[in-house]
Amino acid sequence: MSSLNGKVAIVGAADTEVGVVPHMGATQLCVDAALRALDDAGIDKEQVDGLITCNSMAEPYMYHAEAIAEYMQIFPRYCLGVGTGGGTTFSVLHHAASAIATGVCDTVLITMADSLYSGLSKEQAMAMQSSTGHQQFEIPYGPTVPAFYALSGQAHMAEYGTTPEQFAAIAVAGRKHANLNPAAQKRDIITVEDVLNSRMIADPLHLLDCSLISDGGSAVVLTSAERATSFKNPPVYLLGAGEGHSHEHISQAHNLTTSAAAESGQRAYEMAGVGPSDIDVAQIYDCFTPTVLIELEDLGFCEKGEGGAFVENGNVELGGSLPINTHGGLLSHCHPGNPGSMFALTEAVAQLRHQAGDRQVQDAKVSLVHGQGGILSSHTTLILGREKH
Amino acid sequence: MADHSGKNFPTPTKETAPYWEGCRNHQLVIQQCLKCEYYQFYPRMICTHCSHDHMDWVTVSGNGRVVSFTVIRRPISPAYKAEAPYVVALIKLDEGPTMMSNIVECEPEKVFIGMKVNVVFEDWSEGISIPKFVPQK
Repeated sequence: MSSLNGKVAIVGAADTEVGVVPHMGATQLCVDAALRALDDAGIDKEQVDGLITCNSMAEPYMYHAEAIAEYMQIFPRYCLGVGTGGGTTFSVLHHAASAIATGVCDTVLITMADSLYSGLSKEQAMAMQSSTGHQQFEIPYGPTVPAFYALSGQAHMAEYGTTPEQFAAIAVAGRKHANLNPAAQKRDIITVEDVLNSRMIADPLHLLDCSLISDGGSAVVLTSAERATSFKNPPVYLLGAGEGHSHEHISQAHNLTTSAAAESGQRAYEMAGVGPSDIDVAQIYDCFTPTVLIELEDLGFCEKGEGGAFVENGNVELGGSLPINTHGGLLSHCHPGNPGSMFALTEAVAQLRHQAGDRQVQDAKVSLVHGQGGILSSHTTLILGREKH
Repeated sequence: MADHSGKNFPTPTKETAPYWEGCRNHQLVIQQCLKCEYYQFYPRMICTHCSHDHMDWVTVSGNGRVVSFTVIRRPISPAYKAEAPYVVALIKLDEGPTMMSNIVECEPEKVFIGMKVNVVFEDWSEGISIPKFVPQK
């Protein structure tokens, strides 16, 4: 298998305003993200010959990518709209990079947005939540989305002695970083006690163990490494990409405490020729705090079962051995649903360009970004670098 | 029959009808491979263990253990409000497969991982009964 290592680079990356954005609809946010990323790349829409979007729940289209292309009046030769959840965005990066590396197209715009906070009624939001899970074998029992993830968290506690305080440390780190990010939706510093005292949603998950509900969009522009040096900003190279897929429904998971992040991570490290100790900053999908802990273990940053001890004492905060989710993550920056992990990607780009301001990880050279979707079901890991290896 | 209107009723398919028919008769009926004798849940056209394409339907013990659980404090919809807080659990049947269900007739605080449970059936309508689990006596 030929490797994508160093063949493709991100040359544009930008977010819209995020959080509560009632003055813009989901379609507008998607186009706004695209325009900002094109501006960041310093190119016109005419130079885009590949377009990837994800569908919106607030303003869905049957052919979403085609609808955005039509709105913007761009006429791509590669056009893909995806409908699935949080890990999707990273898997489309894999697809886009493959398309560029094989000459299918030259410049791909990936833009994703939704307005879950302002664009859905309470009834619509509840209907959407009810649709997660198996219609016959899960949904009748009344599970919520936090409940599905709580099953993994609870199993990790029983198996490895992980504590609610350790889960809470992840939320505390995210908020500390969001405090340094003027764009973040929630910026007030919180403590472990604040997390433990927040309302219990689905044991062991408290309100502050759960990600936000937000409006917002985010976009990137990809092109070949050969072309990447002629843009406004320095390129960020794709060094490794890997996927792992284990199930859709949590009741069918073969293991509640080890995920297919172990496989996606291994594949990405192998392609990049690096290991966990080479990563300067990581963006780890944080829909709920236990998700992060399991992913950190599966991605090899610590041994299985030692995630709880790893996230304590500020180790995953700026200044710690592995700063994670330096923008604030889904827990504190924003979480508009399907586009969620795009913001982790644009943050990785900002870190590797050394443009992250107060939250810059000093001299960051290599970043890992991990997205997952479903209920710890579908995983994509990317490794990005300031330089080609 | 208690009022279950507004709840998320399962819609049986051609493939799953024998399972739901079993539930209606208050029997837990799942698939077993005719070749390798592997038990599987949910119902499928093939054995996920050996890929054989002939599956038998068998009545199982209904006994199992809690693999994990959570207590839902805020119900998914108003139809589930009367039950809140309620326990959503994964139960590994003695025959091998894991299924999601509720643990009922037990205070949520008393549920634990490893707890032995057995199946009971809750009649939601004339056609639909839902398997749930109670602590083994």
